[in-house]
Amino acid sequence: MSRILIRNARLIDPDSGLDSTGDIAIADGRIVALGEVSDFTPVQTIEADGQWAIPGLIDLAARTREPGATRKADIASEARAAASAGITTLVVPPDTQPVMDSPSVVELVHHRAEAAGAARVVALGALTTGLAGEQLPGMAGLAAAGCPGLSDGGYPVADSLVLRRALEYASTFALPCLLTPVDTALAQGCLNEGPTATRLGLAGVPAAAETAGLGRQMAIASATQARVHFGRLSSVEGVRLMTAALGEGRKLSADVAVHQLFLTDQDAMEFDPRFHLQPPLRDIIDREALRQAVSDGVIRIICSDHQPHDQDAKDGPFASTEPGASGIDTLLALVLRLVEEEVLSLHKALAAVTIEPAKLLGLESGRLAEGAPADITLVNPNAPWFCTNESLQSRGKNSPFLGWEFSARATHTLIAGRLVHQPTQ
Amino acid sequence: MSVQLDENGQLRHFLTTEGLDPALLTRILDTAESFSGVIGKSVKKVPLLRGRTVINLFFESSTRTRTTFELAAKRLSADVLNVSVDTTTTKGESLLDMLRNLQAMQADMFVIRHSQSGAAEYFARHVDPGVAVLNAGDGWHAHPTQAMLDAYTIRQHKGDFEQLRIAIVGDIAHSRVARSQIHAFNGLGAGEIRVVAPNTLLPGDIDSLGVQVYNDLGAGLRDADVVIALRLQRERMQGALLPGEAEYFRHYGLSEARLRSAHPQAIVMHPGPINRGVEIDSSLADGPRSVILEQVTNGIAVRMAVMSLVLGLQPETAREST
Repeated sequence: MSRILIRNARLIDPDSGLDSTGDIAIADGRIVALGEVSDFTPVQTIEADGQWAIPGLIDLAARTREPGATRKADIASEARAAASAGITTLVVPPDTQPVMDSPSVVELVHHRAEAAGAARVVALGALTTGLAGEQLPGMAGLAAAGCPGLSDGGYPVADSLVLRRALEYASTFALPCLLTPVDTALAQGCLNEGPTATRLGLAGVPAAAETAGLGRQMAIASATQARVHFGRLSSVEGVRLMTAALGEGRKLSADVAVHQLFLTDQDAMEFDPRFHLQPPLRDIIDREALRQAVSDGVIRIICSDHQPHDQDAKDGPFASTEPGASGIDTLLALVLRLVEEEVLSLHKALAAVTIEPAKLLGLESGRLAEGAPADITLVNPNAPWFCTNESLQSRGKNSPFLGWEFSARATHTLIAGRLVHQPTQ
Repeated sequence: MSVQLDENGQLRHFLTTEGLDPALLTRILDTAESFSGVIGKSVKKVPLLRGRTVINLFFESSTRTRTTFELAAKRLSADVLNVSVDTTTTKGESLLDMLRNLQAMQADMFVIRHSQSGAAEYFARHVDPGVAVLNAGDGWHAHPTQAMLDAYTIRQHKGDFEQLRIAIVGDIAHSRVARSQIHAFNGLGAGEIRVVAPNTLLPGDIDSLGVQVYNDLGAGLRDADVVIALRLQRERMQGALLPGEAEYFRHYGLSEARLRSAHPQAIVMHPGPINRGVEIDSSLADGPRSVILEQVTNGIAVRMAVMSLVLGLQPETAREST
């Protein structure tokens, strides 16, 4: 394995609180020395010139569309796009075709990712067989195949007894369970229920679709030992429920899709299908509450909720298009924008995309520390760029941020000590 | 910038009544008035759209809207093609393909009805420059020519909008007609617009469109000058929005007796087709207050007006050339 020295970087590690200038020595895929590095003979040296060295990003919710919908994107395309955007691990939900409810599908995904040689791809196993909400998959087998957790993949388990048993059985193997806090019957719509949906004549989704799902799942979780995480909070009411549960000392956690921290339902005023998302874009009050929740630590993880689509899927009248946004290209830039806008401290912002998802899933990465995997991103915080169709590395061009200007970008990405992204000479 | 207006603020398409200024709304009504004379004559045609092709593209069934659009186009001397499409077999991608194919037939104007909100705007964004799109109803979003023919009918009977109390009764939530009426009447300066419905038929934050909300029909009709009943779809009973037609009629059905609290000269309107005995009593629908059939007749002149305005043609210039 090659030996790499990153010289003269601003070392930022949210886990340890480190923020100082120094070097990183990498050998055999791991960080062997950090800070003042001596007695290290590198094969390759990267001069950081004061740029930031941060733990590579871990994106807790990213669809690669493989297997099943490779007309939209595939593992290789999205793993490469992720690496070039500073993301070193993509955590993929199990709602593939076939569903990731057996070791064979999980192994296929991991093999394809290895072959791509870009970002790591970590598969979440299905919480129920076929995500149908009826039977339990071989959870121990999924864990052995490399799943660090289980997920309902966006299809909440309707039967409360099945959900309870799935959580209980998962807790036997200490597998965290990532749930989608939605009451499906109430979620029949495509935009926040409110003035904008009413104006546009679109079916609205009330915040109750989130709180009814969240409240029920919290109640069931409390009857088990499971480590439960709620994905993609979207409303001020959902934040309130989460705040109250954490206040009672419940061991729960939640994440938010980064676009919910920047957009509102008013962005959909011209029926632009790029803003057709699930959960839907909500009011500015919700957006501010979500920002506050991340700042307060009620929401500890920010993800891209990456859902690349082919052009046809996003072409047509709003409600007839498929929901979801392409997000991996803009995750790092948006998270750092929260720092520029003084919503979050730099450490807190980076923790939400590194150490926090790592801790939830028990991953080794997500930190800059001696002995940790050398998953490292070098960031130039002052390299302005425009998000355009051409700049998007993902095959999904359905970004709601087309035309936005960002200031930060990943210049180098190392994964397990391998340089997989660097400036084109 | 709205897709339906050009850089001079003139209509390029007609997709919604939202955001149109009073002058433009009034101009549509005035133009319609000038056409209504034509309709009365024995020779019912003007050559304004001679040589132009209008395609009626209906993804939802319709009798009166399609027919009056067709009559309007024919009285403007356009060639008219009616295309009905079964929506159950149509998805987003083929929608664009279909548009391109029809456009290849050198159409000048599409009249579109579709079950999806935003469908007309979608077409307007994808047609070639110079091709106009008229919205004949998209989902729950807009039905602007219906709202304009209603405004025209109201103006005929009541004159100025400023003092008027207008009550819209029924299924506001699923009504493109109600939304377009609210925007048009507000644009024309209506004194007060009320919506009257049970809570299951009111969309979220409807008051943000500039209406007063009433659950009680008697209160909602008090001193109203114009009373509009909306059609109640049978599906609403299955979706647990309403218990049944009988209870609906008892609380929200219009009848002579219920109209006693309204202004003595109040007119009664309905966009059709009518469910007699559900949203309106037959004796009222057929009685002296009812202007329902006038609405249908006025639909032709209003649609002629909109068709000529989106193509930048004025009835005056037509007269000169004849």
